[in-house]
Amino acid sequence: MSKLDAKIPEGPLKDKWTKHKNSINLVNPANKRSIDVIVVGTGLAGASAAASLAEMGYNVKSFCFQDSPRRAHSIAAQGGINAAKNYQNDGDSVYRLFYDTVKGGDYRSREANVYRLAEVSTNIIDQCVAQGVPFAREYGGLLDNRSFGGVQVSRTFYAKGQTGQQLLLGAYSAMSRQINKGKISMYNRHEMLDVVIVDGKARGIIARNLITGEIERHSAHAVVLASGGYGNVFFLSTNAMGSNVTAAWKAHKKGAYFANPCFTQIHPTCIPVSGEYQSKLTLMSESLRNDGRIWVPKNIEDVEAIRSGKKKPTELTEDERDYYLERRYPAFGNLVPRDVASRAAKERCDAGYGVNETGEAVFLDFASAIERYGKEQANIKGLDDSDSKLVTKLGKEVVKAKYGNLFQMYEKITDDNPYETPMKIYPAVHYTMGGLWVDYNLMTNISGLYACGEANFSDHGANRLGASALMQGLADGYFVLPYTIGDYLADDIRTGSIPTDLPEFDEAEKQAKERIDKLVSNKGTKTVDYFHKKLGKIIWNECGMSRNKEDLLRAIDEVSALREEFWKEVNIPGSSNELNQELEKAGRVADFLELGELMCKDALERAESCGGHFREESQTEEGEALRNDKEFTFVSAWEYNEKPSESTLHKEELIFENIEVKQRSYK
Amino acid sequence: MNLTLRVWRQKNANEKGKIVEYKATNISPDMSFLEMMDVVNNDIIQKGEEPIAFDHDCREGICGSCSMYINGEAHGPARAVTTCQLHMREFKDGETIYIEPWRAKAFPVIKDLVVDRSAFDRVIQAGGYVSVNTSGNTLDANAIPIPKEDADDAFSAATCIGCGACVATCKNSSAMLFVSAKVSQLALLPQGQVEREDRVLNMVDQMDLEGFGNCTNTGACEVECPKEISLENIARMNREYLSASVNSKK
Repeated sequence: MSKLDAKIPEGPLKDKWTKHKNSINLVNPANKRSIDVIVVGTGLAGASAAASLAEMGYNVKSFCFQDSPRRAHSIAAQGGINAAKNYQNDGDSVYRLFYDTVKGGDYRSREANVYRLAEVSTNIIDQCVAQGVPFAREYGGLLDNRSFGGVQVSRTFYAKGQTGQQLLLGAYSAMSRQINKGKISMYNRHEMLDVVIVDGKARGIIARNLITGEIERHSAHAVVLASGGYGNVFFLSTNAMGSNVTAAWKAHKKGAYFANPCFTQIHPTCIPVSGEYQSKLTLMSESLRNDGRIWVPKNIEDVEAIRSGKKKPTELTEDERDYYLERRYPAFGNLVPRDVASRAAKERCDAGYGVNETGEAVFLDFASAIERYGKEQANIKGLDDSDSKLVTKLGKEVVKAKYGNLFQMYEKITDDNPYETPMKIYPAVHYTMGGLWVDYNLMTNISGLYACGEANFSDHGANRLGASALMQGLADGYFVLPYTIGDYLADDIRTGSIPTDLPEFDEAEKQAKERIDKLVSNKGTKTVDYFHKKLGKIIWNECGMSRNKEDLLRAIDEVSALREEFWKEVNIPGSSNELNQELEKAGRVADFLELGELMCKDALERAESCGGHFREESQTEEGEALRNDKEFTFVSAWEYNEKPSESTLHKEELIFENIEVKQRSYK
Repeated sequence: MNLTLRVWRQKNANEKGKIVEYKATNISPDMSFLEMMDVVNNDIIQKGEEPIAFDHDCREGICGSCSMYINGEAHGPARAVTTCQLHMREFKDGETIYIEPWRAKAFPVIKDLVVDRSAFDRVIQAGGYVSVNTSGNTLDANAIPIPKEDADDAFSAATCIGCGACVATCKNSSAMLFVSAKVSQLALLPQGQVEREDRVLNMVDQMDLEGFGNCTNTGACEVECPKEISLENIARMNREYLSASVNSKK
């Protein structure tokens, strides 16, 4: 049944990548000058790929919908980036990072890809430091590390709570250098609307200039999609407002398989929803779980007293608090992986212990950390560590130095001071592990069409560990794709530039124009947001943190009906030949309305629990996710048919030769 | 809360703009400023008119897209925030709020509140980088220890989000705070030393070419900067520029 060849190189795991690099075809420097590559998206994966390819000599055309490549949503990543440097001498190694990532992903990722990721992780840190990325340092001048969920070593490099910003600006400056040299042509405020396939090969894209509305044709010898994840299908998520699935979805409709769409990550520590008007959710970095303790009251009377404002959380004694992660998972405590932490919060809130008015919040408390750090500082400074006022003051200073910007962000949004009272947090959609299916070379099943970063599916299985997204984006862009793409492009050295007047370009452009015309001329009665919010509610309630067959079947019908209504009733003011933000949104929501249906279909087919995908029918007696390895150790790769829920399933069997597949336990 | 908005509307770069009045009703003090704009835009669309265009993306104060000049202040009345982090609790019920785009010769208006900030990209392209190619063979990251104070200062400068509030707020439309933040970051780090002189000369040249004004040390940029980038960076860039002008071999 499977047409999928992952092209995993032969040989022992630890030699695969080195051997592969040594055996693939190269393109000589003179020939690179006559080869064009399109890169869509300028986040960590796209910017690093564009810069590296241009440095190698290819002619790169880079596209982003933002007004500058520096604004791609990687900029908002807070906590850090993993690398197996073992600078802390705590027993870390490439194998251990590989092991943690495969286990964290609940044994649904591809061994060879994950091992390569762990292998190149150390190069990323070297590269970024060489670019001048100002990582946090210790007083001795060496790099500092911290710990993230699901691991027992400190391997996370960081730059306060702005690691993504610093890494992206590093990649952006590398791009800027190539733009200055003329090796990258940068197309800001452009949105890709379709991929153009000529003789079975990706040879270009159709893009809309978002300022003039003009539909443009761009050709190249290969197309790289680094267009990010699809978390905004939920309407409310920690993604940027503009983050969308359009590029990946259009590729899917042209034949690229979409893998594991139901694998979405709900991040445990986000600021809870406060009202109907809310447009997005804000993450509080996982790094906070290094020092914050998560709890709800033990007694339901205290919950009610806190909700009604009669009691303050700080008035509850230790005995009256339920540190439920520490209770349930003593080995990992507050640092269990994200999927586990999120489900545990939902369990408490569903049982009625939620601590805000909506009943959907738990506490993240820094009081213990403030006291611990305060005492440490008092001792270092030779002061009295029994003076509780002094200890609190010193402790707050340490916490401020570590997490100051996050605390400030929290206070700005909630008007609550987290130094004085515990933060309130609740899980929210954050990342999507699913994405376009790619082989070991990061090529989709369409020749010459590549996907990297969050847009592909390969490295995180059913759950991504914290600080691994930045690692994967930069690994793909700096150290994997630039090599593997050469193997494909080596056949194109005599092709010459690809003309844009081919019938395939005519057809793709015509379709893109027709769709836009349809949207602007519809003049229905409802706004784009109306449909997006409705879709988000369906997916959140029925394909969110907990899923079952009945809900998923209903959701498929609901999404399908909503899509029909959208095309009848949507109203987009203005015209298509100008800056029209409602039109941009409409195109993206139209694609989400198709993807949402496929997500539910995928979740329905996968009748096991694994990672972030929790099927109520498949759980242990203690309520933990229960995998079914016998039937589901595979990647679901979906081939598009006219109706998303009738897509064809292709399975890539996952083979684990270097790691023992076990029931995941963090107890 | 109920508010009156007086908003700059401009069809495109070539047409003249004007202030148009809108009512914002039933606004919650917990809304962000942009969520309030969403509500107003929703009403405008329902009436069949074109909504107010404005740049925004991450809505958590880090992408640097949002750029509103609110009641005469870049990013509005609160300190150390972007427009998306500004909440309606900063305003009074019944208040009239003026909303305009960034205004600077180097930032032409594209539509309504959306301006073209690509001049900033071109300044970075002129030298805001360390010229190192991707390779798996750079030095081990810990081979060069960097004093924590230098690393922290470089980081503070590097937190600039490129929003342009400094330019918008400056009476001369100077980009000195933006440019100096990047110059400082790289001048403070050992990695930036080799190209130190060329960098500052090229970036300042490009800044002038783009039509940004001169700095007269009023310090308004520092006050309005959502990331609290320090004026010290401008002083450092001036020193860098002077020393490069004297020493440069070119």
